[in-house]
Amino acid sequence: MSQKTFAVALMNPPYESENLTTAFRILAAMAQRGHKISVFTYEGASALAFAKQAPHPNPVHGKNLAEENHPTTKDQVAALLALAAKNGGKVDWVNCGMCVDERGVGEFVADTRRGSPADFHSFCEAADNVLAIPVK
Amino acid sequence: MAKKTLNIVESAYRAVMEEQDDTILWLLAAMQGAGAQHSVVLRGNAVNYAVAGQGAPGLTIGAWKQTLAPRMDKDVLDLIEKRKIPVFVIEEDLAVRGIERGELVPGVQLLSSKMLPKRMAEYEIVLHW
Repeated sequence: MSQKTFAVALMNPPYESENLTTAFRILAAMAQRGHKISVFTYEGASALAFAKQAPHPNPVHGKNLAEENHPTTKDQVAALLALAAKNGGKVDWVNCGMCVDERGVGEFVADTRRGSPADFHSFCEAADNVLAIPVK
Repeated sequence: MAKKTLNIVESAYRAVMEEQDDTILWLLAAMQGAGAQHSVVLRGNAVNYAVAGQGAPGLTIGAWKQTLAPRMDKDVLDLIEKRKIPVFVIEEDLAVRGIERGELVPGVQLLSSKMLPKRMAEYEIVLHW
């Protein structure tokens, strides 16, 4: 299979909808196949790679920190980058700069970066296909 | 004595994969532990929470694996059996989705939408989620 380039725009914030689970399943499938992926995170999605996210125990579930193993999107982002690299692909993960400033989430996991709508424009121009998963 | 609160839960499967539960059912369980007195009505798409045997595979991204994917039927059972929170399901919403009574976890109580206003009158607080 030839390597393709995909541009993806995400808008949902963490822990608010199922859209991101769907997005990560699609992104993981792309990364598994070694494609190049450009992700522009806009509005609430700019918090996905926020480095200070922390898992927590869950007393309602009766689970301690390890047992609950609560998902954090920053770990999912890092895993996505690693998966792409392992399979010969690459993820360019861009966090909308103004969006992160609004939310105070400007500390990102490694190998993601601050950017702007101009990056998304560039991603679209270079992509074989574009997928936007907006907030509805 | 805590105020009796009826919680009508309609929003369903919103962020359950990331939270590993439904945030409203979780909130009610946590509040019950703090002394609240809750009842739950599942309506709309949320009636599906009461269907036994459901579940989605956890998310996997390369080496990262989700190990505690949500099981909404078990969470409903937990409300009923462990928390002693009555859980009602709107009959008509089950019917339009083709869900039979026998598919539900034990302990849920069917409630006709026509009877809901009367039920609401029995509570001091009614919250629609």
